[in-house]
Amino acid sequence: MASPLLRIHNLTFAVEGRTILDRLNLAIEPCEIHALLGANGSGKTTLAYLLMGCEGYRPTGGTVIFAGIDLLTLPIHERAKLGLTLAWQEPARFEGITVREYLTLGHAGGDPEWLLKLVGLDPDRYVDRLVDKTLSGGERHRIELASVLAMKPKLAILDEPAAGIDMLSIHQIIEVIRALKAQGSAVLLITHQEEVATIADAASQLCNGHIVCTGSPSLVIERFRGRTCVRCDGEACGYDRT
Amino acid sequence: MTERDTLIRLLPMVGAEPEVLDDERVAHLVGLGHRIVSRRSVPGLDLDLKETPDAIVGTMIVRAGVQLAQPVHLCFGLAHPTGLQNIHLDLVVEEQASASVLSHCLFPVARAAQHRMRATVHLGPGASLTYSEGHYHGPHGGMQVVPQASITVGKGARYRSDFSLLSGSVGELAIDYAVEVEEDGIAELTAKLFGHGTDRIAVKEAVVLRGVRSRGLIKTRVVLADEARAEITGITEAHERGARGHVDCLEIVQGQAWASAIPIVRVCHPDAKVTHEAAIGSVDKKELETLMARGLAPEQAIELIVRGLLR
Repeated sequence: MASPLLRIHNLTFAVEGRTILDRLNLAIEPCEIHALLGANGSGKTTLAYLLMGCEGYRPTGGTVIFAGIDLLTLPIHERAKLGLTLAWQEPARFEGITVREYLTLGHAGGDPEWLLKLVGLDPDRYVDRLVDKTLSGGERHRIELASVLAMKPKLAILDEPAAGIDMLSIHQIIEVIRALKAQGSAVLLITHQEEVATIADAASQLCNGHIVCTGSPSLVIERFRGRTCVRCDGEACGYDRT
Repeated sequence: MTERDTLIRLLPMVGAEPEVLDDERVAHLVGLGHRIVSRRSVPGLDLDLKETPDAIVGTMIVRAGVQLAQPVHLCFGLAHPTGLQNIHLDLVVEEQASASVLSHCLFPVARAAQHRMRATVHLGPGASLTYSEGHYHGPHGGMQVVPQASITVGKGARYRSDFSLLSGSVGELAIDYAVEVEEDGIAELTAKLFGHGTDRIAVKEAVVLRGVRSRGLIKTRVVLADEARAEITGITEAHERGARGHVDCLEIVQGQAWASAIPIVRVCHPDAKVTHEAAIGSVDKKELETLMARGLAPEQAIELIVRGLLR
């Protein structure tokens, strides 16, 4: 049996004596969309930062093997060159960098106009705009997704990719995630939105820094919705949907 | 090659092409030291500058209602390693007139030279002026540049200035601009500077919003490396109802460089508002990590962020 694209084994991360991730295990196959659900503070974004190698996020234990290579010894850009990338929940803003430049960064990429169309933005209006604070949150999220698409990664970690996107446009975000899969990328899809999570091939529920359930998206969504957790009895999974 | 040619062939260093001075539709003046070596005016523009032993002195007036289609090019500089250039310029854009001035200051071989500009600028009611100033001081760091300007922006007028010094060495730079803005007037001052080596940069820009609904923005972007130093002071005062001002200073410091930012805001009317933001530090961590997550090496990412900031 082939190895998974990403294998996380007993990953542990603690800050100032507080355990954020606790012996977390997770595997993602090539071209798999894997949704990760969990209440606020359950450790989803921390996991994303640890996998990407962001400053201040060094595991206190465990291993992460990506495409057969020990990921944890590598700096961010070398992880990216292996085919791993991250779309931040709150994407950075850049003064003086145009959307066109951003979509052709350091890689062959695709046609910026085509990428913008794919994420539902009019190329004529956006390709020469700056990736700065003049963009709305939703626009910035779409451009971030276009940038991830352009990179053609082996694994894209998308942290709340539909945050700030209006309900009528969520289908476009879903199509982008499907396009990632279609071009051969796996996706670790961190989301609160069940509508988005349902497109996944598999899903996991994170609670108190621990994967408490992995299975079909419908099963995991059901458990998440019902606040059913073998670890915390629903106390910590009590995600406030209001 | 003449001294004039020596100077103007360097125009691309500040984003202009030498051929523009041959265009009969484009007004220009080329001042080398205290000599005027080339000039051309266009209808609606009085370009009355004279040579004196101590300075180039004179006025430039855009007549009322005239909309200059092409930017006016002012090219000042020195072709020798040492020397002094004084410019005393009174610039007037009369009522409902509009103009754009591209000022190119070139000191390519300066080792112990000075350039001093003392200007007054007046915009009449409804007038508009964009004043873009690009500097190149050569590689030696031997230039001292002291631009001083006193600017009044009339009722409903719009003034925009853009100072940039992005290649070569700065040497010593001391900018001192003061702007007074009348009713419904707008003033936007932008300075973008890259300092390295032992460059010393001081920028003091003050906007006084005297009129009702007047608006002002002071925006400064500075990147420092090596042992360069910069002190940036942005002052905005709002004296009348509906006046709005903002001071925005961002400095990136690398190596042993040193920077300070002093935003000073004063509000003298309950219906006026002035805001400020100032940040000094290394390259923003999130921007850096985002670019690295797209595969850029740290040094490539920093270069891109800095280039964008100074663009």
